[in-house]
Amino acid sequence: MATLLDFRRRIRSVKNTQQITRAMKFVAAARLRRAQEAAIAARPYAKELARMLRSIMSRIDEPQHSLLAHRPEERILAIVLTGERGLAGAFNANILRKAHDFFRANKGKKLSTIPVGKKGRDSLKKAGFSLIAEYVNVLARVDFATAREIALLVTDLYAKEEIDSVYIVFSEFKTVMTPNLVVTKLLPVEAIRADEESAEKESAQVDYIYEQPEEQLLGKLLPRYIETQILRAMLESSAAEHAARMTAMESATKNAGDVIDALTLHMNKVRQAAITKEIIEIVSGASYGA
Amino acid sequence: MLPEAIELVIVTPERQLLREKAVEVQLPGEGGYLGVLPGHAPLITELGIGELSYHDLGGKESAHLAIVRGFAEVLSDRVTVLAETAERAEEIDLQRAKDALARAEQRLASSDPNIDWDRANIALQRALIRIQVGTKKRSALVPGA
Repeated sequence: MATLLDFRRRIRSVKNTQQITRAMKFVAAARLRRAQEAAIAARPYAKELARMLRSIMSRIDEPQHSLLAHRPEERILAIVLTGERGLAGAFNANILRKAHDFFRANKGKKLSTIPVGKKGRDSLKKAGFSLIAEYVNVLARVDFATAREIALLVTDLYAKEEIDSVYIVFSEFKTVMTPNLVVTKLLPVEAIRADEESAEKESAQVDYIYEQPEEQLLGKLLPRYIETQILRAMLESSAAEHAARMTAMESATKNAGDVIDALTLHMNKVRQAAITKEIIEIVSGASYGA
Repeated sequence: MLPEAIELVIVTPERQLLREKAVEVQLPGEGGYLGVLPGHAPLITELGIGELSYHDLGGKESAHLAIVRGFAEVLSDRVTVLAETAERAEEIDLQRAKDALARAEQRLASSDPNIDWDRANIALQRALIRIQVGTKKRSALVPGA
């Protein structure tokens, strides 16, 4: 039977674990705030760029660019954004499930992938997908240089007609509780996303003077657009990861509390039983002597 | 009627750097510097590596920024600059810029065939502009220094 000392030891160990999960929760909360701020800070550039691009596209009758070219989708590349570490609930598992679903839906085509984040890299490698490149340890501090590097790689492959389409699989940050898994098409560039606010403003079209030929500007703007799309996905994914970790650690902390309560109750019962037993022994010993 | 001021917005992929009213803006266009006054005709241009300066509403004071590539959209009352990087004069670390300049010069001078010429050249231009802009803040703060 477990002695009192055993119980004390267990309780102490659970308490230590609880302290760690609580600390991790606070760290995740702080990082989540930073990630959200970064995502918000990156918005104006993406918005202005999309607006400029739409304005130019609408002015050219038949925009011709290698990144706009449609081909039958025979060779598909998917960029999969996961986390670098676990301990974030089902965050990584959900994204990977989504990625596998996507791959299954495109069975028979030539699939390749670029994992971003250690967890996705390990899993996709083990599943035997062909990795064109891998980016690990880049999500702790999302910066534009990494997004640019990835963008350069995929646009280059696309322009050389080595792949026919590029998708990006990631977890969009909506609220802390509800992650939103998305698969979006990156290439070929289709309609440029417009939010309602800017769509209104644009109804009055302006006739611009172009310092450079429209096609040349388009050629410069399109790669930038891909970069901002990837950057946005990375920022969203990192916010979603921290949110998932925060929730996971919060429930772990709560569970540890429950375990401690149960153990303490049990320990007290055992102690009570021991005391009762001792009293009975004393009392019965005394009655024998009498 | 002509607008009295231009709203100057400078954004980089990572943040919005500036949103301010200005009476005159100079942009480092790909093909040369452009001066923009309120009421300018709508224009879209590519930007090169250079210095952006503007006069704020007060009139006389001008501020300088180092811009590395991007795009600018000019409307009669608004200038939007999408720059790859943009730094205010006071944010520039002059020592770092000088180090970068030395490195770039060294790379361009070497005979190593593996050198990426374009990259080294861009690094050189960027360092030069950062020093040019960064020095402006110095001389403004410490006269004679």
